[in-house]
Amino acid sequence: MFQDLLQYVFSGLTNGAIYALIALGFCVVNNTMGIVNFVQVDFVTLGGMLMFSCLLGAGLPMVPGLLLAVAGVAVVAMVVERFGLRPARSNNHLVLIFLTVGLSIILRGIIKLVWGKNRMALPPLTTDHPITIFGASVLPQALWILLLTIVAISLLTWFFYKTSLGLSMRAVASNPKAAAVVGIPAGRIRLTSYAIAGALGGLAGVLVTPITTLNYDVGVLLGLKGFAAAILGGFGSFPGAVFGGLILGLLESLSAGYLSSAYKDVVAFVVLLLVLCVRPKGLLGK
Amino acid sequence: MVVMLSTLLMLFPLFEDNPYTLGVTNLIAINTIVVLGLNLFIGYAGQISLGHAAFFGLGAYGSAITTGTYGLPPWPAMLLVAMAVGCIALFVGIPVLRLSGHYLAMATLGFNFVVHSVLLEWDTLTGGPSGFSGIPYLAFGDFSFDDEVRLHYLLWSFTMICLLLCLNLVRSGVGRGLSALAEDETAAAALGVNTRLAKIKIFVLSAVMASLAGSLFAHCYSFISPDSFGIFTSTDMVIMVVIGGMGSIWGSLFGAGLITLLPEWIGVFENYKDFVHGGILVLVLMFLPQGLISGLKDMVTVRLALHKQKGKQKDAAT
Repeated sequence: MFQDLLQYVFSGLTNGAIYALIALGFCVVNNTMGIVNFVQVDFVTLGGMLMFSCLLGAGLPMVPGLLLAVAGVAVVAMVVERFGLRPARSNNHLVLIFLTVGLSIILRGIIKLVWGKNRMALPPLTTDHPITIFGASVLPQALWILLLTIVAISLLTWFFYKTSLGLSMRAVASNPKAAAVVGIPAGRIRLTSYAIAGALGGLAGVLVTPITTLNYDVGVLLGLKGFAAAILGGFGSFPGAVFGGLILGLLESLSAGYLSSAYKDVVAFVVLLLVLCVRPKGLLGK
Repeated sequence: MVVMLSTLLMLFPLFEDNPYTLGVTNLIAINTIVVLGLNLFIGYAGQISLGHAAFFGLGAYGSAITTGTYGLPPWPAMLLVAMAVGCIALFVGIPVLRLSGHYLAMATLGFNFVVHSVLLEWDTLTGGPSGFSGIPYLAFGDFSFDDEVRLHYLLWSFTMICLLLCLNLVRSGVGRGLSALAEDETAAAALGVNTRLAKIKIFVLSAVMASLAGSLFAHCYSFISPDSFGIFTSTDMVIMVVIGGMGSIWGSLFGAGLITLLPEWIGVFENYKDFVHGGILVLVLMFLPQGLISGLKDMVTVRLALHKQKGKQKDAAT
């Protein structure tokens, strides 16, 4: 009984950590540009795909492969911002959001062309023999996910609070006009926010695809869950994104375990709707 | 313009009797009805909905189940389903429309997700992933709408009625109140527009239109599956609104036409289909963010004005 619960909690936290990473990516872009960046969804897929190519195509070892894949997604994200969004002539947020939807379709098309439509399997970071903790069996990959998520969040906190670029990004987030007045270059900030979002999405993809499988639209559902997590926590709030991700992951695994695995997504989204009814700005929103 | 379009549509099957082409134009008619409703909600009320495929799906499955499983006559069933969907929209809309911006987008997306999952999983009622078949055709007495030409007249008359309705609605006091709402919610409220009520009303209206379109869709193809009502359909619908121009009723017709035809035209590119589809969307949004119709109109007006000014300057010089 207790072991079951522990098992569900572990799998919930693992999924939750992935949602949290993706949610953070959504928040970073939202804070600097005020839009939902739907390309985030494909950054997740791209992370897994690049990792696949690094490991099995180029034969790199695990650690450089991971770093290269994450960096690669960050570069692609910067290209998307510079050539996909910057030239847009509109300030209408709805138009910009649908621009990201269009870019996402293109990126998914490219991924489909390069890596094909087949499902692929990515090896986990270390062995896939489960470890037993208090009677619950946990995959080592799950522990890696939790560990690397914590590392990513610490790095992000360090970046936002200890570097001058991070400081300027927080300035833009709190008041874009005032930030422009004191001479913070908007273009570079947007570019950086995309790079961070890409790296976070790519990391999520690298980490999660050994557990799920890898194909060209694996990121869509994961990405939307990440968006839901960001909204649940309060869109734009970093602690909210992490908190929302973990809650969403736990909700899903607990309802799959105790209610019905067919309706686990339904339970998660219904709870999301109910939370929004009570707190229209999310759990930790202002 | 309405008269012109109606005449054109009346004559169209006389020239074009390829059932495949008519099938595509019929699909445009169905999509136009959804897009018109959605455009009222997005373009006039200034809200965002990424979940209209849910209402479309509820309409389609509602009609399918009431007529296919329970044997109700199609016309009253369609009306009943539209009313039921309206009530669902009211029930969902009252709490959800208090949200704004990204929160509203997520809430409607979540609603679509829930409806899609239920359609997929409740297989005893909906047939699950393999779909629902054997939906009867619509009929007047013995006259059954079972081939493309007859459907063409049926569907386009529905579309023209909806188009007229929307054109009149936006010119009425209610419509002007809504446009004010889209520009600035606070200002509209200050001017005495009951913004909360107006949003809910228009949400319910657009849901009912989507439901009607769904019922027509079900009776027209006599087979439906949950795939047609997922979140990608919802985004496609919003793309049609944005491409046609937010707040442009005629644009809705155009947007629905273009996005429905696009996969047919770019079928030759097969492998590059997504690429071209996304590319066209990105280019239009980048260079004509007001939508194709108003964007091109503006461009022509600006060119003409510039031309005139140049002419005047020349006159002044000589």
